[in-house]
Amino acid sequence: MTRQLLTGNGAAAWAARLAKVDYVPAFPITPQTEIIETLSAWFDNGEIPGRMTTLESEQSMITAAGAAAITGVRVFTATSSQGLLYGMEMLYTVAGWRAPFVMINVSRGLSAPLTLEPDHNDILAARDSGFLQIHCATCQEVLDSTLIAYRLAEHEKVRLPVIVNQDGFYLSFTREPVEIPDPALAARFVGQFDPENTQLRASAPTSQAVAVLGGSPYSYFRYELHLAAQQALDVYDEVAAEFAEQFGRDYSAIESYRIDDAEFAFVMMGCFATKAKEAVDRLRDIGWRIGLVRPRLLRPFPEQALHDALADKKAIAIIDQNISMGKGGVLHTEVASALYGAKAAPLLTSYIGGLGGRDISQEELFEIANQLKQAVEKGSAPPPRLLYTAGELREMRKLQAIAHVERQELKLGEESDNDQGEGND
Amino acid sequence: MTETAFRRMKDLPSTRLLGTGTPMCAGCGGLLALHEIYDILGEKTVFINAAGCMTLLSVYPFTPFRGSWLYTSMASAPAGAQGVRDALDILLEQKRISADEDLQTVVLTGDGSAYGMGLSATSGAIDRNLDFLYICYDNEGYGNTGQQFSEATPHAAKTSTSSGPRGFPGFKKDLFDIWAANRPAYVATVIGTEPLDLARKIEKAKNMKGPRLIIALAPCPTGWDYDPKETVEIGKLAVKTGVWPLKEYIDGKVVHTKIPRQRKPVEEYLQKQGRFAHLFKPERNEKLLAEIQQRIDVYWEGISNE
Ligand SMILES: Cc1ncc(C[n+]2csc(CCOP(=O)(O)OP(=O)(O)O)c2C)c(N)n1
Ligand code: SF4
Ligand SMILES: [Mg+2]
Repeated sequence: MTRQLLTGNGAAAWAARLAKVDYVPAFPITPQTEIIETLSAWFDNGEIPGRMTTLESEQSMITAAGAAAITGVRVFTATSSQGLLYGMEMLYTVAGWRAPFVMINVSRGLSAPLTLEPDHNDILAARDSGFLQIHCATCQEVLDSTLIAYRLAEHEKVRLPVIVNQDGFYLSFTREPVEIPDPALAARFVGQFDPENTQLRASAPTSQAVAVLGGSPYSYFRYELHLAAQQALDVYDEVAAEFAEQFGRDYSAIESYRIDDAEFAFVMMGCFATKAKEAVDRLRDIGWRIGLVRPRLLRPFPEQALHDALADKKAIAIIDQNISMGKGGVLHTEVASALYGAKAAPLLTSYIGGLGGRDISQEELFEIANQLKQAVEKGSAPPPRLLYTAGELREMRKLQAIAHVERQELKLGEESDNDQGEGND
Repeated sequence: MTETAFRRMKDLPSTRLLGTGTPMCAGCGGLLALHEIYDILGEKTVFINAAGCMTLLSVYPFTPFRGSWLYTSMASAPAGAQGVRDALDILLEQKRISADEDLQTVVLTGDGSAYGMGLSATSGAIDRNLDFLYICYDNEGYGNTGQQFSEATPHAAKTSTSSGPRGFPGFKKDLFDIWAANRPAYVATVIGTEPLDLARKIEKAKNMKGPRLIIALAPCPTGWDYDPKETVEIGKLAVKTGVWPLKEYIDGKVVHTKIPRQRKPVEEYLQKQGRFAHLFKPERNEKLLAEIQQRIDVYWEGISNE
């Protein structure tokens, strides 16, 4: 075991190395690229065995990943945002193949407008694909979750691909001290890849991913996928417990922070949850009974664990770093589903924050806590809100004013060029 | 490369390795070619398929293939071949499987994939010098979705999305030249109704490494609108009229493997197909017919002194 300063991307590459992956189909995209550059250097120096192939698109990359996994090798790949969406057809497809491999997604907001900065709309677009999803909040967690993800993907009760998600920039480009497990111990923990019944060999011809006729066989296979994903809940708990025993780091399906005696709770995914932890500490200092719950697993959805952690609270703020247009925060809906029907269920408040990398400040978290308290006093939750300050709006108005002025300038310029006396509107 | 096991018709295998009872249409020219191709490639193969008519060859729980099969998507079959090939290579290199477990990776798609949606994945696979054989059955349209025009549809053909009096306004894309420009190991055109020529080319391709393409013109009774019993005749006419030149690209050169000495008028080919009926009825469209004939003549003039 060694301790190194690693970015989230570096941690992901190290995890692939420790898991002794055989094959890395790749395609560059910010903020993921450092992962494949790191692995590429290791392959090229002969530091690790195996092979990396750069495809010409993510659609191809995910096809190659799935195809290699069902041919019988251990596969690792990584993408982000536009890349994840470009490969979307194949996400659903390779999950249906029951191809067990691990993919890192480095979350980044989706176009349009185009941005490089993070939010969770990319990964949530893959929510129903059949890939399992583990969401990370630290660089250490990226490394450890990736090792756990291989056990999960390859488990005989699961056999599904897994996405390990980390936030762009905040994790991908931020150096944190990361403990790199001893390679022999990590290898023993992950184990050897067992292709089971999915392999391509001359002596054992198989037809994979064939068509079906009619809804009956289709329903059967699709529901089987769902059952496998649900079985992954228990398997995750087992594997995470084993990981904790061997490496001393605990990764239960949901992270609960100072939640037991809390009346109020924040619920968040990803690394911005560490900001809420900070707010919890400061609020606790002044007498609040407040905590944080952060689902690590999004699929399978740890419904019972969320219910157990949250059902007895008075009010909960769900802060979504994503937005489902015409509905609102995705996590809000998911958490509501876990709490529906609970006796004296808590009031749920919904906030959209951190879109496209916008920060969430401590003051905002304190204000949210105040609103929770008021909601309880009033007995009803306020309408959903976007975290956006008056100052930001003023800056936005300035940008719009500049855009407007520039357009007018252009128009006036054209008019005097043409020497036409038309009035402008 | 002149050695061949196939000197005359009776040398052709009669194994009929590909099973029968598939849901392909009666008289499917693509299936005819596939039968012949499979007999030569054999069962140590994995067919990596893109969306199209042939996707329905393997419908759970049946398959006509003795070897393996993997359906991918419309655009990414060559990438599927990349993943399978890379994985097999890794397993072989690390001695995790023995050499006799190896498989020939064969991509099987229609023209819609090969000329269009899958071209990016194909181009990438050629750039990476992927060791694979690409078989395109070219029925000159998106057959599976009801024969809309594709990048492979010939000029003037009626399709379900070019049903006006002049048919398809565009021109058939030259996939052979697109491939050849990338200097792959091998490119050839074939047709099921010239089984000897086809067998020799598949035999050659089978024993090579690197990217290899076979484009099989696939007369399609359903999409081209003719009686299934005419498939063989139409296929033969495609060659005799010079509409479908049989050729191969090898070692940087293009060689025509069967030059029709006395080319028949293209009309004879067109007349047999409902998709060209508007060229003859209610009256002959002399101008368009002449244009089509001229394009064929110009092609063959260009290669006459090979
Ligand atoms: C991404 C995507 N778009 C559209 C389709 C619908 N589709 C299925 S088969 C097909 C036509 C394929 O044409 P071609 O490759 O020529 O094969 P053919 O059907 O003629 O055998 C289309 C458009 C699809 N399966 N996937
Ligand atoms: S539509 Fe044409 S290509 Fe498709 S199965 Fe029928 S005959 Fe064959
Ligand atoms: Mg077609």
